[in-house]
Amino acid sequence: MPTVTETATTLTNDEILRYSRHLIMPEVGMEGQQKLKAAKVLCIGAGGLGSPLALYLTAAGVGTLGIVDFDVVDYTNLQRQIIHTTEDVGRKKLDSAADKLTAINPFLNLRLFETKLTSANALELFREFDIIADGTDNFPTRYLVNDACVLTGKPNVYGSIFRFEGQASVFATEEGPCYRCLYPEPPPPGLVPSCAEGGVLGILPGLVGVIQATETIKLILGAGDSLVGRLLLVDALGMKFRELKLRKNPECPACGKNRTITKLIDYEEFCGIRGQEEPAGNDVPAISVEELKKKLDAKADIFILDVREPHEYQICNLKGYLIPVGDLPKRVSELDSSREIIAHCKMGGRSAKAVNFLRRTGFKKVYNLTGGITAWAEKIDPKMPKY
Amino acid sequence: MPQIQIPSPLRQYTGKQATVQVPAASVGEALKGLVAQHPDLQRHLYTDEGKLRAFVNVYVNDEDMRYLDKEATTLKDGDTISIVPSIAGGIS
Repeated sequence: MPTVTETATTLTNDEILRYSRHLIMPEVGMEGQQKLKAAKVLCIGAGGLGSPLALYLTAAGVGTLGIVDFDVVDYTNLQRQIIHTTEDVGRKKLDSAADKLTAINPFLNLRLFETKLTSANALELFREFDIIADGTDNFPTRYLVNDACVLTGKPNVYGSIFRFEGQASVFATEEGPCYRCLYPEPPPPGLVPSCAEGGVLGILPGLVGVIQATETIKLILGAGDSLVGRLLLVDALGMKFRELKLRKNPECPACGKNRTITKLIDYEEFCGIRGQEEPAGNDVPAISVEELKKKLDAKADIFILDVREPHEYQICNLKGYLIPVGDLPKRVSELDSSREIIAHCKMGGRSAKAVNFLRRTGFKKVYNLTGGITAWAEKIDPKMPKY
Repeated sequence: MPQIQIPSPLRQYTGKQATVQVPAASVGEALKGLVAQHPDLQRHLYTDEGKLRAFVNVYVNDEDMRYLDKEATTLKDGDTISIVPSIAGGIS
């Protein structure tokens, strides 16, 4: 942790008033607030987890905050990425975040990094900060952050979410475990859905992000019991918080006794993504939404198979026959293989899997609707809602 | 009877149940029993060679089974087995 020096972290009278509620607690006091001011925290991501993280660290008086994000605010982000507003849609997340953070606390020394975090820039970047807060949304970056934290000796305040459950911990301290001690290998791509495919309760990154901010502040102050060596599991629906013990794996390739990871690697390859640049749907027999419209207008004898979930059907549908993709193996007998079948889902991914499955089962006249019902809403029927 | 806590990414394969009870004396027996009751879990928990997948951790109460007796860890009445897969947040 940074040492507190007189000149660098003296608090002005304005700061003393601003942080009065911290200063009057012996657990923080002037010394603690000066530690916060001297601290440099890097937030990876200004999205769901990054929003509450950055907001609360700024409010608390962390002196230097770095944010890494190369994304742009999307309308669907507003349900949970509370640092961004409706007017920010289309703007860079960094610019949107910067406006709000400096408005909350003009004393903040904000450093913005509009870049993707990669093996080429991570080590140099991390060396300039004391603590790394991981708010990212994909497995390759999680492993990259972990390895870079271990290699540069910086604690990794970890949080992750899925639908209505979350995890939080502090990795990569000297005595504690790192992310690889818990998960030596990532899941194969496609096995764990993203927020866009699986959905996420809007409040969840708020809950977990503030837990991360709390752990960050505790590390800086040297106060309380940190989550080093503990995995906090948050179940928002049950409002249950559980703890699992995490141990440092003595054989861990990153932080163990015989380390084999001495530099950063190609994480996309590690996570199996590099070989999957082409989504599986590209070599599946398909038709476009324009071609489907022509067939429907000509009253062709086609069977539309909708492989989405019932709650999606309620949002909008092409009056297709609904068999959710997960149920297809059990319900394949409901389909007539002598008919021309057009399978669709939301964007074309699940239906491509369905078409592959049906073709392997012996169906010859089954085709994927490229772009799914989203493409239909964009190109054929603008009155249809997109979701 | 030991309880197995099912993480949300896997509940679609257990008929949406968050907890499954399986009579078993060891962790290995409990997991086999779980997969026998809900066969769709097989490929999500195990590789083709029948090994537990590396991104899935199994805890008995609050201890990682790797640091106990792994699948041979014996179970007492009231023990909870938790399956904890890695999650990443999602490609927004």
